[in-house]
Amino acid sequence: MTERLDGPQTPRGGGDAARGASPGPDETSEKTGETSPVATHPALEDVASGEDGTTSSAPPALATGGPAAAKVSYGGSGNLGPSPKVALYFLLPAAVLLGAWVIYPIVYSLIRSLYDGGGDTFVGISNYTAIFSDSGTLTTIRNNLIWVVVAPSLVTVLGLIFAVLTERIRWATAFKLIVFMPMAVSLLASGVIFRLVYEQDPDKGVANAVITSVHDLFASSSSYPNARPRENDAAPDLVDKGAVVTRQAVQVGQQVLLPLVGMRPDALPDGAVAAKQAPPASGGLSGTVWLDFAPGGGTPNQIDGTEKGLPDVTVEAVAGTEVKATTTTAADGTFSFPGLAAGQYQVRLPQSNFTQQFGGVTWLGPALITPAIIGAFIWVWAGFAMVLIAAGLSAIPRDALEAARIDGATEWQVFRRITIPLLSPVLLVVLVTMIINTLKVFDLVFVIAPGSVQPNANVIALEMWRVSFGGGGNQGLGSALAIFLLILVLPFMIINIRRFRRDQA
Amino acid sequence: MRVKTTAVVAGLMLAATACGGGTSTSSEPAASAGSSSAPAAKALAGTTIEIAAKWTGDEQKAFQTVLTAFEEKTGAKVTYASTGEDTGAYLGPRIQGGSPPDVAVLPQPGLVQQYADQKALKPLSTEVQTQIDQNYTPYWKSLGSAGGQVYGVLVKAAHKSLIWYRAPAFEDAGAQPATTWDELITKTAQTLADSGTAPFALCGASGWTLTDLFENVYLSSAGPENYDKLAKHEIPWTDPSVTTALEKIGQIFGKKEFMLGGSSGALQTDFPTCSTQVYGQKKAAMVIEADFVASSAVQSGAKVGEDAKIMPFPKAGDTAPVVLGGDIAVALKDSKGAMALLEYLASAEGGSVWAKQPGYLSPNRNVSPDNYPDDLTKQLAQTIISAGESVRYDMSDLAPSAFGGTDGKGEWKALQDFLRNPKDVKGTQDTLEAAAAKAWKK
Repeated sequence: MTERLDGPQTPRGGGDAARGASPGPDETSEKTGETSPVATHPALEDVASGEDGTTSSAPPALATGGPAAAKVSYGGSGNLGPSPKVALYFLLPAAVLLGAWVIYPIVYSLIRSLYDGGGDTFVGISNYTAIFSDSGTLTTIRNNLIWVVVAPSLVTVLGLIFAVLTERIRWATAFKLIVFMPMAVSLLASGVIFRLVYEQDPDKGVANAVITSVHDLFASSSSYPNARPRENDAAPDLVDKGAVVTRQAVQVGQQVLLPLVGMRPDALPDGAVAAKQAPPASGGLSGTVWLDFAPGGGTPNQIDGTEKGLPDVTVEAVAGTEVKATTTTAADGTFSFPGLAAGQYQVRLPQSNFTQQFGGVTWLGPALITPAIIGAFIWVWAGFAMVLIAAGLSAIPRDALEAARIDGATEWQVFRRITIPLLSPVLLVVLVTMIINTLKVFDLVFVIAPGSVQPNANVIALEMWRVSFGGGGNQGLGSALAIFLLILVLPFMIINIRRFRRDQA
Repeated sequence: MRVKTTAVVAGLMLAATACGGGTSTSSEPAASAGSSSAPAAKALAGTTIEIAAKWTGDEQKAFQTVLTAFEEKTGAKVTYASTGEDTGAYLGPRIQGGSPPDVAVLPQPGLVQQYADQKALKPLSTEVQTQIDQNYTPYWKSLGSAGGQVYGVLVKAAHKSLIWYRAPAFEDAGAQPATTWDELITKTAQTLADSGTAPFALCGASGWTLTDLFENVYLSSAGPENYDKLAKHEIPWTDPSVTTALEKIGQIFGKKEFMLGGSSGALQTDFPTCSTQVYGQKKAAMVIEADFVASSAVQSGAKVGEDAKIMPFPKAGDTAPVVLGGDIAVALKDSKGAMALLEYLASAEGGSVWAKQPGYLSPNRNVSPDNYPDDLTKQLAQTIISAGESVRYDMSDLAPSAFGGTDGKGEWKALQDFLRNPKDVKGTQDTLEAAAAKAWKK
């Protein structure tokens, strides 16, 4: 997190160093003709400029090294530039650190990526071809693409909206503080939080708790979502196209039994009372719909004394395909269709009795996992974007805005034509920083995605770690992935560095 | 005093005969240790032995008791070092630095092979091997061996052939523990489902719980010989025996009312959560996992033996399955002390001392079940002894970890995909075989 905070400043420091140091050797080489330090120095300079931004620790050392070297040489030799020897001494610690922590690992990873898992056999580029031939790895690349396209732009837009709006409210500082707060939480902890937020069970996951309670305001679920007939040939009822029907056709005058199971007795509606045999209906059909289960089991397909009826179930009497009569059950589960014409009927409990409860959205399933994790990412980084953009916003010349307003521009026009163009350098910085950030996203995916959907949520950085250390132990392929990631990040690094150079020119 | 002198002389003689023993510990006085019996005891007085294992807390306390008993018997001083969860990360640097502990307890047989290849392990002395021959089946001996040499002894077991159930849920539904797989599916589970309680809480997000389930069904339906072959990838995963096992598992995976939350819910549930669903939230009746469920059941407020009960994994074929996980002790230094300690740990005597502590299960067939402090462990120990030669080690832990031990890869992923789509037995087998072929080739 801290690394990201000073991310955009880092290249600036590095740029200074490179610029501060560069005049030295050039001038001295012309004047004194000393060759050996000159040969070393540009190499170091390359090191410094090439490494901008990839590490946060070394550049500050460089930034102090550069100007300091310049000062010393002014006092000492009388040359205008720093003496190359002195500059070299001052650059040495930074160069050594950079070399040990950045250059050497990169070069070694590059070499390692050309060897197999054990590290003994040279395999050429086959690790790289493995990246593009394995479907799992291709998924990670696809996911990274989704991340890069969606996350940075959403973060930047949200940050912009927050920044512009907070300019105009009274409690701006308090608001900014709250939006910025997630930055104070480590990514790992944010992951744990969002793992809970996205939990499927509405009793645990706040996202589904909100969604289900809103849903239930508008559509109530049925009372018997899980009820179903027993699954064996002895049961007098069975499931047909979602509805429960009698196994055999019934005659007028018969009493129909429709036993259902799969529900806990304590989940029945409050009004339910003990089920009983329905009295025969004169010239029609009657029957009972009841929960054929009592604690301890109960006798299948018989109404025991303790088993309860299912009240308010819709019952249909069907002849052929036509519904002849409809009724609902009483509190003891009995129903009757008086006055039906003689003939064969099928008694049906339509599907509407059994519609499933709305269980919320499966955030952590294979389909929604990446959007869900991007949501957590935005929660963390929107505050960071807002603070940077707000800083840029406060630096915009007010007179330009005033002039536009006096000329009759609407607020939207001012925002669209004045604010955004003036802010664009800052917006670009935020965007590019976020792109680099999303490319190397790791912890959120690792923590939020359950093991079973990690292959669907996987990203390159996570795959790299898994392949190298998480059981696979193939550090050759892992190094190849690391280099691949480096290549992906490099263009955005260069954009950032170029921009800072231009700013300072 | 006299004892000490003779010991020193003996030590000198040893140092003279043993070429290249070099380190101070290996030339420690030891006399004619161990093999004879009690009178030769205290022979290790003055010797310091370091043993490293991953156990902490109560497990460590139980093990310390065994070490104390060993110290009293031999006079040696044993220091215990905890390796933390990642044993390899702890031992690797110490081996490379040339100062390994005398004895280490490895959580996987794969590590025995790995360290043997690095020549970091010392072959066990004949005394230790005698104890192993007496107390263990040949299968366990081969598990601690690499390249024909015996390096390790299984000292602590985890029993993975269990189904934990919530007794009140069974009583409520009128369900009975099952002894065969068919009974489990058609009677026990069906009755529970009819009562409105989900029969199983599966922990599909933790892939290893699914491999444990598969291993039990496979060992039971295909038998120990096929189990060994499949564990070494000598028969392919496309074998018909695998089809049978997967189809049996599909009887659970294929019925959404059998799993709490259906397959999608099961796939989002990781390991301790499924135990909480059974014993804490009381939403489901059974959880299929090893003896260590006990601790999370207790955390959820259940009493082991009263409402949290176990049934042995039902037979899905001819064999009553007993799959164990466990820790293997190896010698990293060829010192008398190390060998004496290993001999003690492999003996029925040491096992019995350990068995009296809570939370321990011995794979040693000569440790009487009567030693265990609670009925549950006695029951577990009995199943191990009665299963005799057909006890097997967790297959996924024997496989290369890219296949059997990595989240989102290999067997874990294939079985999770099978849980998502239980109709695709053929496709699952093909995926498994492809992943296995890749993992074993390396």
